[in-house]
Amino acid sequence: MVNNVTSYSGNGLRDWLLQRVSAYVLGFYLVFLLCVYFLNPSIDYALWHSLFANIWVKLFTVLALLSLLVHTWIGIWTVITDYVKVTGIRLLKEAIVMLALLTYLVWALVILWSM
Amino acid sequence: MNKPQPVNLQLTSMKFPATAIISILHRASGVILFFLIPFILWALAVSLKSAAGFQQLHAFLTTPVMKFILWGSLSALVYHFVAGLRHLLMDFGFAEGKQSGKVSAVITMSIAVIIIAVLGVLIW
Ligand code: HEM
Repeated sequence: MVNNVTSYSGNGLRDWLLQRVSAYVLGFYLVFLLCVYFLNPSIDYALWHSLFANIWVKLFTVLALLSLLVHTWIGIWTVITDYVKVTGIRLLKEAIVMLALLTYLVWALVILWSM
Repeated sequence: MNKPQPVNLQLTSMKFPATAIISILHRASGVILFFLIPFILWALAVSLKSAAGFQQLHAFLTTPVMKFILWGSLSALVYHFVAGLRHLLMDFGFAEGKQSGKVSAVITMSIAVIIIAVLGVLIW
């Protein structure tokens, strides 16, 4: 059996579903940013700053960041599981990816709340 | 008696169907996006910190080399997005057959190429 202790939810179907849900959130967030751009093609600092200062935009951004963590963890896990056959090396790579993703999440939260 | 076995596969003699190409590119673009995350966060941090940082980042990203890298990065995002939408449509039962899957793969690829071309125009 494939070692799935390291998969995000420990269950293939749930992983699949979570990857879809997170894909929708990320997709909507990107469309949102695209709309901002099309409404203000020559965006300046004042507008950019006030955008992310808005609490609703912040919350949406946090939601997108959490989705990014889940989506990318499941996605990269799938890729690593497909190609890296030596258990020790696979676990090492998975640990590095997880650590990186968690660091990114904390870093992003710091960015949003120290701007 | 052992039959002579093929020693190595002649990759150039194989044809990859559109569905295979679109699938592996989705994977490749996903992995590229993963490696881009720290750079995106760095850009977000700099652009939000101060007006001067925003200006500097803008100046940096509009140098010829960075324009190209920006375009490449956004292309990975656009491609992953469009091919991801194809996945989500297939979840709802669209284009799941062999032939319809091929057609949707070609359509998806065309849409991605068009958007990426428009992006290039917007950037330059
Ligand atoms: C921007 C950050 C993103 C990153 C780093 C990322 C990364 C990945 C990775 C590594 C995979 C695994 C690919 C594979 O198993 O072959 C994946 C799969 C997927 N991505 Fe993303 N992705 C991102 C955004 C998005 C967005 C915005 C969408 C929305 C359309 C999306 C839709 C999907 C779907 C539907 C899958 C599942 C494919 C499958 O089941 O084979 N992704 N992503």
